[in-house]
Formats: sequence, C-alpha cells, structure tokens
Amino acid sequence: MREIHTDQISNKVAELFIDAAHNLPEDVVAALKRARDSEESPLGRQILEEILENAKTAREEMIPLCQDTGTSVVFVELGQEAHIVGGDLTEAVNRGVAKGYTEGFLRKSMVERPFSARKNTGDNTPAVIHLELVPGDKMKITVLPKGGGCENMSRLAILLPGQGREGVVDFVLRAVEEASGNPCPPLILGVGIGGTAEHCMSLAKKALTRKVGDPNPDPEAADLERELFQKVNALGLGPQAVGGTNTALAVHVETFPTHITALPVAVNIQCHSARLKSAEL
Amino acid sequence: MSKEIRLPLTEETIAGLRAGDHVRLTGVIYTARDAAHKRMIEALDRGEPLPIDIKGAVIYYVGPTPERPGRVIGAAGPTTSMRLNPYTARLMAQGLKATIGKGGRSDEVKEALKKYRGIYFIAVGGTGALLSKRIRKADVVAYEDLGTEAIRRLEVECFPVIVANDMYGNDLLELGKAKYQRREALGSYVPVGADPDAPNGGGL
Repeated sequence: MREIHTDQISNKVAELFIDAAHNLPEDVVAALKRARDSEESPLGRQILEEILENAKTAREEMIPLCQDTGTSVVFVELGQEAHIVGGDLTEAVNRGVAKGYTEGFLRKSMVERPFSARKNTGDNTPAVIHLELVPGDKMKITVLPKGGGCENMSRLAILLPGQGREGVVDFVLRAVEEASGNPCPPLILGVGIGGTAEHCMSLAKKALTRKVGDPNPDPEAADLERELFQKVNALGLGPQAVGGTNTALAVHVETFPTHITALPVAVNIQCHSARLKSAEL
Repeated sequence: MSKEIRLPLTEETIAGLRAGDHVRLTGVIYTARDAAHKRMIEALDRGEPLPIDIKGAVIYYVGPTPERPGRVIGAAGPTTSMRLNPYTARLMAQGLKATIGKGGRSDEVKEALKKYRGIYFIAVGGTGALLSKRIRKADVVAYEDLGTEAIRRLEVECFPVIVANDMYGNDLLELGKAKYQRREALGSYVPVGADPDAPNGGGL
C-alpha cells in the first residue's frame, strides 16, 4: 500500500493545467509542421504558419495558446495498491483546478445551473473526472483542457447494425463537414464505436489522449482510421475551413463490444490547440 | 499580401474588400459575445441607447483570459460566430459595419451584409497568444459584471484578419470547400448541399 496525499494531487493538477494551457505537445507541433509543409492552399498554409508561431509565442511569453482554456477534463488512473490520504480525491482535483486557473491566469469558463441562471463558478470548477482503477500503486493524472468550440460539435448516434462500416464513415464525415470552421480545423478526431451511449462518447474522448497519429493496435480499427483520415481530408475544409487539404491531423478510433441491436458511434472533436499533459504520482 | 486598413471603415473601403482578402486593422474595435449581445438587443427593444457608439463600429467576438500584471490583455482569439447570428442583423441595422469571429455565418447575416454594406472577418481561431500582441490598449466600457464577456474597447495595431464574407455575397468558406473538396475520394458519402443522385466520380 503506497500513500498519496491529496496535497500532492492538488499541486500536480494545478501544475499540469498551467503547463497544458501554454505548451502545445511536441507531437501536435510536429503534426502541424507536416500539415503546413503539405498544405496546397496558400491561405491554409499561412494559417498553419500563424498557428505554429502562436505555439512559440505562448511557450516563450507565458500567454495561453487559446483564450478558451476550456472545461477541466481530468483522467485519473489509480493503482489498486495506492491509498489516498488527506481527504477526498474529487475535492483535491477541484482544488487543483481552482489553484491552476487562478495562479495561471487562465479563463474561468464554467457556469452552474446550466438551464437557468448560468452563474460562473469563478474558478473553473468543477472538473469532469474520469476515474479508472488499474494495477499497481501509482496514480497517473492526465489533464485535457477542452475548448467549447470543438466540444460543442460532438455527436452521438445509435446506428442500426446493418449500417455497418459505411454507416460509421458517413456519420463521421457528416459531423466534420457540418461542423465546418467552428471547431478550428485542422482537427484531431476521436471516434468511439460500440458500448452503450455514455460509454461510446467516453471512448471518443479517451481517443484524444493518444499521441497524434498513433494507430489503434487492432488492424481492423487501424484500417478504418486510415480510411477516415483520407476521406476527412478529401472534404476539403482545410485550416479554419477556408479551403485546403489538411482538415484532420489524425483520426483515432476506439472500439468496445456492443449490444446485438446496436451500432453506437460517437465523434468527439479536438481542435489544433490540442492541450494535453500527464504526470505520475 | 495584406491590405492595411486604418479604422473606422469607410463605405469605399468596404466596397473594395472581397472574400479571401488578408487585412490588417489598426484603430478601435469593441468586444462583445453572447451575454453582451443579449443585453444590447434588450436595450434596443426597450428603446434605450446602446452602451457603445455602434455607427461604423467593428465588433470582435472574444472573451479573453485575465491578463498578467503589466500586460494589456490575456490571450484573445475569436470565439465561434454562429452563436451571435441571431443578433447581428439587428445591430447592423443600427450601423454596425463589421464583425470578427471564427467559423461561418447564417444566410440571415449574409443578407444583412449585402443590405447594410458590411463585412464579416475571421481571425485565426486558437492563435490567442499571437493576437493578444496586436492589442495596444484594452478598457472595459460596459457590462463589467460580465467579466470575460464584458464589452471592451480595444486599440489594435496591424490586427490580422481575413475577409470571410464581403458585401457582394461571396463566401470564403463555401468557395474554399468547392475548390478543395474531392468528391471522387469520398466513396458513397454525399457531401453537404450536393446532389445525392450525382455519381461521386463526377466531380463537383
């Protein structure tokens, strides 16, 4: 039994959110550079150049990459042999969010009472926490600050089993085309297939925690990723939907077994400001 | 190749802009998004004056991060414009000349741009750090209680934007997609607005 104190958790969460808001991951920068070098639209190429310059400015001058510092999505992989001491895990994560968003000069974008008063909570809490028990005695914390522009283009459908692969492809392409410039292409697409409604959407979000372009280890899923990647880019939206050849930086598919009557498919779009940081306690 | 424009926008300048033009704006723009627009429309409905001089104005859809001490403003990139579609034509009728955001606009807004001779610009979404450096001064001038959604008066210098919709009905997002979409590579998928009966091997 290894002890992990809630103060460690809070401090780490705060640190990770500040880091994530200012420092675009290396694999995302590399993917953006590849996109810029291959982009056929001159305006698209100029936009990609500005996105890369923005990443440099954000890192060097400690200005957030994007003003929408997002909903605080936190993945906690907790080892079964780890023991949390000092308080409640959820409370510790939220303390970390409040600390990070205040000390990091990040925007507070969360409102309570969503269908009525919509009053800002003042500190970007509460976090959306995905907790998983895993083997071992460590705690891995991954933060994914999720902007509204892309998150609001999420889609879920329960297709008929007979619609099959073609139905899935159709659904994903329509979601991306109808989203147009709103989610800030070039995008990273998370696609969940299977499970139940809420699990399917959860798979699509989890898919965004992979390194850009890392294929699904299952050959069939990887093949679908390749097909979707080619077709999404053939839509021609391009950077900021001004027209171009780079609409997606990557497509990540996650699957799970599902009910005999159903083919659930979910799309969770990540923008090019794909902020993601992890640490282990 | 950028067109350098000193604000306020003149009728002549607006008439000379076309979808796809890269422009750098210098002068005063105002910020407003969902909550501020709702309040402004409510003021108009009650016959009350607007909190800013809307005639000839440019509104930028942005909610910045809080600025660090010694800085003018935090990260300040555009928010998604379509949420502001219900309010735009009404404000253009009052004299608003241009808006800056990201993503496309509705048919109603595009008609208003033609009718009232205005422009819709896009700024590059997600370049909040870069854009903040083009803002020389920022002051809250109305609705301070809205925090990040308050109306701010910004003095900008060489602020980079792209004409997405001009006053002639040209739409950059439509034109761009038409140019770069490859229907023959989309298999059985029928693109938005396309004829479902046209074979995908037939091009546009």
